[in-house]
Amino acid sequence: MELQAVLMAAGGGSRMTDLTYNTPKPMLPVGNKPLMWYPLNLLERVGFEEVIVITTKEVHKMMSTDLKNKLDVKMRLDVVCIQEDGEMGTADALRHIQPKIKADVLVVSCDLITDVALHEVVDLFRAHDATLSMLMSKAHEFTEIVPGQKGKKKTAEQRDFVGVDHSGKRLLFMASEADLEDGLSVRKSIMRKHPRMHINTGLVDAHLYCLKKAVVDFLTENKSISSIRGELVPYLVRKQFSKMPSDEKMRDDSEDQTQKKNDGSTNHEFLISLRDEPLLKLAQDRSCWNDHHGDMSGAYHGGKLRCYVHIMDQGLCYRVNTLAAYIEANRLAPKLFEEPAVHPSADISERCQMGSDSIIGALCHIADKTSIKRSTIGSSTTIKEKVKIANSIIMHGVTIEEGCNIQGSVICSNAVIGRGADLKYCLVGSSQRIEPEAERTNEVIVGTDQLMEI
Amino acid sequence: MADSEVTDGPDRKDDIERAKSEGKELTKEEKQRLRKEKKQQKKNKEKKEDRASQESEKEKKPVAATPQPPAQSSTHKAPPAVPAPVSVSVPASEAPAPADKPAKSKAELKAERRARQEAERASKQNKKGETGQQAATSKSKVPPSELQPVVKRLPEHIQVDNPDVLKKLAKKLERQQIPLRSDYGYKVSLFSHLHQYSRKTPLTQQLSIPSTVIHPAIVRLGLQYSQGIVAGSNARSVALLHAFNQVIRDYTTPPNEELSRDLVNKLKPYISFLNQCRPLSASMGNAIKYIKKEISNIPSQFKEEEAKGKLLSSIEWYINEKIILAATAIAEYSIEKISNGDVILVYGCSSLVNHILCEAFDKGRKFRVIVVDSRPRLEGREALRRLVQKGIGCTYVLISAVSYILPEVSKVFLGAHALLANGYVMSRVGTSQIALVAKAFNVPVLVCCETYKFCERVQTDSFVSNELDDPDDLIVTRKGKTQLENWQQVPSLGLLNLVYDVTPPDFVDLVITELGMIPCTSVPVVLRVKNVDQ
Repeated sequence: MELQAVLMAAGGGSRMTDLTYNTPKPMLPVGNKPLMWYPLNLLERVGFEEVIVITTKEVHKMMSTDLKNKLDVKMRLDVVCIQEDGEMGTADALRHIQPKIKADVLVVSCDLITDVALHEVVDLFRAHDATLSMLMSKAHEFTEIVPGQKGKKKTAEQRDFVGVDHSGKRLLFMASEADLEDGLSVRKSIMRKHPRMHINTGLVDAHLYCLKKAVVDFLTENKSISSIRGELVPYLVRKQFSKMPSDEKMRDDSEDQTQKKNDGSTNHEFLISLRDEPLLKLAQDRSCWNDHHGDMSGAYHGGKLRCYVHIMDQGLCYRVNTLAAYIEANRLAPKLFEEPAVHPSADISERCQMGSDSIIGALCHIADKTSIKRSTIGSSTTIKEKVKIANSIIMHGVTIEEGCNIQGSVICSNAVIGRGADLKYCLVGSSQRIEPEAERTNEVIVGTDQLMEI
Repeated sequence: MADSEVTDGPDRKDDIERAKSEGKELTKEEKQRLRKEKKQQKKNKEKKEDRASQESEKEKKPVAATPQPPAQSSTHKAPPAVPAPVSVSVPASEAPAPADKPAKSKAELKAERRARQEAERASKQNKKGETGQQAATSKSKVPPSELQPVVKRLPEHIQVDNPDVLKKLAKKLERQQIPLRSDYGYKVSLFSHLHQYSRKTPLTQQLSIPSTVIHPAIVRLGLQYSQGIVAGSNARSVALLHAFNQVIRDYTTPPNEELSRDLVNKLKPYISFLNQCRPLSASMGNAIKYIKKEISNIPSQFKEEEAKGKLLSSIEWYINEKIILAATAIAEYSIEKISNGDVILVYGCSSLVNHILCEAFDKGRKFRVIVVDSRPRLEGREALRRLVQKGIGCTYVLISAVSYILPEVSKVFLGAHALLANGYVMSRVGTSQIALVAKAFNVPVLVCCETYKFCERVQTDSFVSNELDDPDDLIVTRKGKTQLENWQQVPSLGLLNLVYDVTPPDFVDLVITELGMIPCTSVPVVLRVKNVDQ
């Protein structure tokens, strides 16, 4: 077996609590499909037959009960439930399933929506015998107005500094802005080996990683690492250039290893001696290829640990972890699948004006004289007469009474919008009721139990 | 390929007849050979009937079926058509081949064959309309090479402009569940019979990601070949054998199957896949032949673990003996030829030549090296790095300066990709130029080549069988401007990136192999000796 797929679906959606307090993030509807469906579809299209899904019990229940028909993937899903207390990071989860891991791993996050050609990432992993291979994408500006956003959007978000070599494939440097307090310092060993480095700041990490099996084994030894993105990846990128003691020295230090687990000794976890290591070395010696030119060292500078990244500059790649991303994804995700925009079981009256870029879910009732433009309507929603909906996302089970005017808003599931309400750029939480004739602009309407206690 | 089989065929036939008459049990090889000959005869009869219904007027080359294992079946597909420009050069190459064949057939066998030829020729003339020149060439071709009931066919990978062959290849790949790689870009007309692939569309695009049909080690190897990470015939062979090690380790015999037959069948799609990634080299072909022979020679009473162990150790023996020890032996012979104060010219990056020079330097010889390099690969940089790292004084020039630098040179050492049966040396494109200029300056040219790279093919030009690399490699960006960026839109422009060329034996003074220092024309002798040994 070459690769095992692992889907991380236990995330809490901490950056969009308004949406996720009732529906867990993996089950949020995007284009009327649960968010989890998109990475699973990607894996299925590429040819995976089995995926290990790490998720919470709640999500597992939801997957198997009412959403069974929506998650119509033909692959075998091996669901592993973990506690939903938020204490377990992604690396902890990987450590948890270590007994199931028999080959190299492809870790995907549940909130990734992309149409990347996955072979680009995996080919880097295969061809260069890399320890880590990941996917990143040039970020796009979100153009939609986000409900509940007051004032101009400040890009006070964390920036990541990603350094790649001249070919754009080898990952040399990775740090997030928070870790760099004094400034960006680059080690001399990196500069000596790779004098030209391109540093990007506007990249979106897709949280798609190909990891060698040895890394998972390393995680079981090293229990201090709890997040793949936050700790493991920077650690691996740094370790590419750390000085490695020679083999004889390692044997001398073997007694020390058990006492103090310092970085240098654990490095050798990766260098599992392959049985045919001498043959590989011979082939590399005889090959007239080098990944760099201009200095005296051989291919890869003799380094055994290599990290690669594939940077997408075209195509879709979204991580749905903020409200803005969620809205953008709803707009663009339907392009990824060819289902008809209007579900056949929806009951749409003839005098309804519907734009071609709207999506209507199953079992909807849409009455006369409604106008729906650039919107997503979930399943089992009821929309009465004379309703105008534009640029909005309506989730499942929503009832919208007559005469409403909804613009640029997100209405969560099972909400009821009273007659004649006028909502502009609002976010209505789950199961909320909006009173008739209400006029709300740019507000987040959620239940009182969700408000913080002071 | 023609020579050794011709010489072997009648000998083996005699052996078989002798054995039969003596009542001894035929060996496995002889049985295989008999079976194959019978099949071939059946096929010939069927084909004669088919040809009547075929509308193509072109000739089918008379073929020699090899007594060797089915490994070569991929090169023996019947091409119903031979493109016109190729047919002109092909008879030229065929002409020296029969001339080289020693007349070994006995009188009775000759008479039988003559009778068969007459019958076939008569049927051909009756059924087909003749096109004068081709009929004439066919007549001249038919008598010498139909001296034995073996059939030789043009390999498919040099018949890309023949739609029938392409269809057959597509069908075969479909059967083996391997995706077909499509050609890229406009091909220069002289080379339109060869494949031309782009590095940006790897074959893995069409494979499922956890590859189930093809073993992951083979997928990795194919990727490394197509991206050029493993380049150079020694490196490619070693990497191939390493991948086969992993395949053999992970192999389990299905129930009711024999390891010796099933494993060979498992290897066939892998070899097709690797061929699609990058055409196989002669050294790889020989290594594959060896492995297939080893596998099919495993006695059936061996248990799986024993059989696997035996295969792994035979692969190890092959690498050790044919590559590592051969390099040591060649280095020893070559060091005798390097004297103090020499100026040695090398071309590109040949692992063997680099090894020789490093060994000579270690033994204390004082010499300096001139490294000649050429675009687009610029492999000389790597050779330069390795030699300078050792401490050897080097000069670096591009091939355009070779006639300028040659007056300084005392010897030329060249590496080879393969040594052909008529003494021609197949090597990186540019080698024949260097050999030519060296000859003009009366500088001795020494080719270093291990015997496992000796090939039974015969070629006199670089057109018929070659490899086309990605044409986009020729595009270069200088000062921010890429002139050839839109070369595909210019209708009269074609980019040609050849990989190999052949050097005639007149330009080569000595070939250094692990068997000793031989002249170029002794290659068929070595091949014959090798075949008898095996």
